[in-house]
Amino acid sequence: MSSRDKILAAVRSNKPGQRDLPEINIPVSYEGLTEKYTQVATAIGARVYSVESIAEIKSKLNEFFDPAKRWVASLAEFSDVAETNLANVDPHSLEDVELSIIEAVLAVAENGASWVPEQNVPQRIVPFICQHLVIIVPANKIVPTLHQAYEITAGAEYGYGAFIAGPSKTADIEQSLVLGAHGPRSLTIFILS
Amino acid sequence: MNVETKDHSGLADIFNQNESRVDWHDETLWFIRSKRDKAAQGLPEWELLRETASQIKHNVLSNLDEYLEQFESNAKANGITVHWAANAKEHNEIVHSILKKHNINRMMKSKSMLTEECHLNDYLKKNGVEVIDTDLGERIVQLADEPPSHIVLPCIHKKKEEIGDLFHVHLGTAAGEADPQVLTEAARQHLRETFVTRKLSLTGVNFAVAETGEFVVCTNEGNADMASHLADVHIACMGIEKLIPQRKHLSVFLRLLTRSATGQPITTYSSHFKKPRAGQEMHIVLVDNGRTVQLGREDFRNSLKCIRCGACMNTCPVYRRSGGHSYHNAIAGPIGSILAPNLDMKEYADLPFASTLCGSCSNVCPVKIDIHDQLYKWRQVLVKEGHVSPVKAMGMRAMALTFSMPKFFSFAGKAGRTVMKYFPSVVNNKLNPWYKEREMPAPPKQSFREWYAKERAGK
Amino acid sequence: MIVGLFVPCYVDQFYPNAGIATLQLLEKFGVKVEYPSKQTCCGQPMANSGFEHLTGECDELFTESFAKYDYVVAPSGSCVLHLKEHLHSKKNPEAAERLRGRVYELVEFLTDILQVKELKAKFPHKVGVHQSCHGLRGLKLSQMSELVEPGFSKPEYLLNFVEGLELINLTRKDECCGFGGTFCVAEEAVSSKMGKDRVADHVQNGAEYITGADLSCLMHMEGILRRQKSKVKVVHIAEILNAE
Repeated sequence: MSSRDKILAAVRSNKPGQRDLPEINIPVSYEGLTEKYTQVATAIGARVYSVESIAEIKSKLNEFFDPAKRWVASLAEFSDVAETNLANVDPHSLEDVELSIIEAVLAVAENGASWVPEQNVPQRIVPFICQHLVIIVPANKIVPTLHQAYEITAGAEYGYGAFIAGPSKTADIEQSLVLGAHGPRSLTIFILS
Repeated sequence: MNVETKDHSGLADIFNQNESRVDWHDETLWFIRSKRDKAAQGLPEWELLRETASQIKHNVLSNLDEYLEQFESNAKANGITVHWAANAKEHNEIVHSILKKHNINRMMKSKSMLTEECHLNDYLKKNGVEVIDTDLGERIVQLADEPPSHIVLPCIHKKKEEIGDLFHVHLGTAAGEADPQVLTEAARQHLRETFVTRKLSLTGVNFAVAETGEFVVCTNEGNADMASHLADVHIACMGIEKLIPQRKHLSVFLRLLTRSATGQPITTYSSHFKKPRAGQEMHIVLVDNGRTVQLGREDFRNSLKCIRCGACMNTCPVYRRSGGHSYHNAIAGPIGSILAPNLDMKEYADLPFASTLCGSCSNVCPVKIDIHDQLYKWRQVLVKEGHVSPVKAMGMRAMALTFSMPKFFSFAGKAGRTVMKYFPSVVNNKLNPWYKEREMPAPPKQSFREWYAKERAGK
Repeated sequence: MIVGLFVPCYVDQFYPNAGIATLQLLEKFGVKVEYPSKQTCCGQPMANSGFEHLTGECDELFTESFAKYDYVVAPSGSCVLHLKEHLHSKKNPEAAERLRGRVYELVEFLTDILQVKELKAKFPHKVGVHQSCHGLRGLKLSQMSELVEPGFSKPEYLLNFVEGLELINLTRKDECCGFGGTFCVAEEAVSSKMGKDRVADHVQNGAEYITGADLSCLMHMEGILRRQKSKVKVVHIAEILNAE
């Protein structure tokens, strides 16, 4: 008998009697989502700005980051300041990326996370390998909790997707928080209305 | 338990030889417990979430065979190769066979407690494969040639100066450099080189979704993503109990996991892997290694609900004062103490006794495992199976006999405070450990029953 | 209402005053109390060490001694919890089952059954409350710090009636003292360290007395205090509530 069949047979003979799935029925409040999201995202190490146009984002980026370094973006609107045609490059070739600019499908107020599926990044590695990350969050796409986030994205097709909450961090050395463990050293979020 | 392989008590004794270090360890973990409390208090629905999570996991246990088959079929349809390993040996062989197939002898690994349980690193090392752990804490203990002492905080037992010394030797940082910022930057540079040069990435799995065939890996550092999105081959190893029924259930578990673990609202990265990227090969290894046996133990099967948050360790007053290594098992602390005897009763017979049964572990558990009740139940099993010392068994029988005879009990009480003949000395008659740091109560002139007989009897 | 007074083995032999205070306190509230003389131990020391199968005789003795009472009250949360969860009798299973629901720790008996609304006692001291784990998490005498639930404390509710008594706040309000039955000797190093840390929290926050509803924990902390030659004393809650 294969290990597969052995394991399944052992599960069948040892499992407890049927227990039904519970309803997920968690109370939720839709008040002050942008404020809450901003507050939580800031607390976990992100910088958050409310903006009204892509042009405003670009001007802020020029202020914060060095345009002489390599910038990449998932949105065609940024093709004047960043590389946007990366679908077919070897991901290793992105090692020197300074800034990645991507757009989230939605953001979650309770934990400061943004949902970024594969379709929203030119390559899976893009939000991780850069020194600094920028995420654009549509202002009307902030949901209260993860429950709503999973409801809205139910059935969406993706090969890969991630909730990203804050810059890469570690506290493995004596619980001292250090930003920039392996991934981006900073996260800047633009809430775009 | 012989002299070489010290039991929990012996190892805890060594740990306690440096009291200020014990204080430091205790305070560090208590700080994390306090952060967990604050995060939990921030959600009025916290207890409802715990209950919901516990019920979902109960449903998983009662349908695990179906969910495994469903997951396998969906993962395959997504282009993932699915392997089944009955035990640690088979798990290690499967990983090795994938390495051999691709002619790879250098790989990178994200945090996976399962691979610790299976001693994968040792196995691969013996087979000429170099493994680099990419989680900073794991890398630190790997350089120190030690196992992790905590499932979420692998090097929580190490001081920054000790880490500085390790990095000086292995990564060339300046002698005496102990600034966490500087040391983390050194590790970042060192591991970047690893990420871009190694072709195979192994990760653990936090949750696997039967409904969609995807699996979720949670990290703060981004190491699982850095490794997996660059590697040609991604292997994800998981215990079969990591299954959850549907994608929407992730919302419940991800809300609980990191708040329980570190007090963060969520990990920085909660990465959902569903399909390999173009040109990449993706494998999942489903591992039993005793889990189906535990599933059959009615009193202990709930331990399989564990989502490895480590909250029970952070709150455990014993863990905080004995250190993770005193549990001599891949998973330390209260949860380790109810999982380990399932794997080997003789080897881990001491662990269920390394507790005061205070119950704090069960209260912080995000999936409401009755940890302290299981510790009590394991004690009964271990005694019946003959895994306690005969001296202790004899003492217990004498105590039971005394308590079964009220007249003898009261006589013996008069003669020399019976109870204390059993209380502190039942384990060790020669050098009574009670007296090392404590006094006994001063014996009163008369016992309560003597007072009652004199003052009240017949009134 | 007739209450059977259960004075656990080590209370009988080392802390008779706690037993006497319990008896007198119950009588002050008009309860008729009897002390059956054939009682010994609840069986917990054996059971917690993995020898539950040796507690049969203790259980029979307990059931026989207390079957006739309306309630059983004991000044020890941990013994009461053990009885509530594990008391069984082969000879008289119905009586044992009934007793499991009728055995009370003193504090919860006062607040839940007698529903005490006032109490005359005087204890002009700074007092720290030790929340013994089995009383706290087993009997739910107070809210547990781990849970997200409204706070309450039955011992503190009663102590607040006591004239002159000042409750101190602890840094860690419900950490274990490390006694744990045979744990105190089997794991001497950790047990002693837990005891020292628990005592230090009370001392640093200005306690003159440490009180609680469980003498086993108080005995452990007293052992530490006396070794340290501290002036801080332990006292069972019954003795404070009975103090005049």
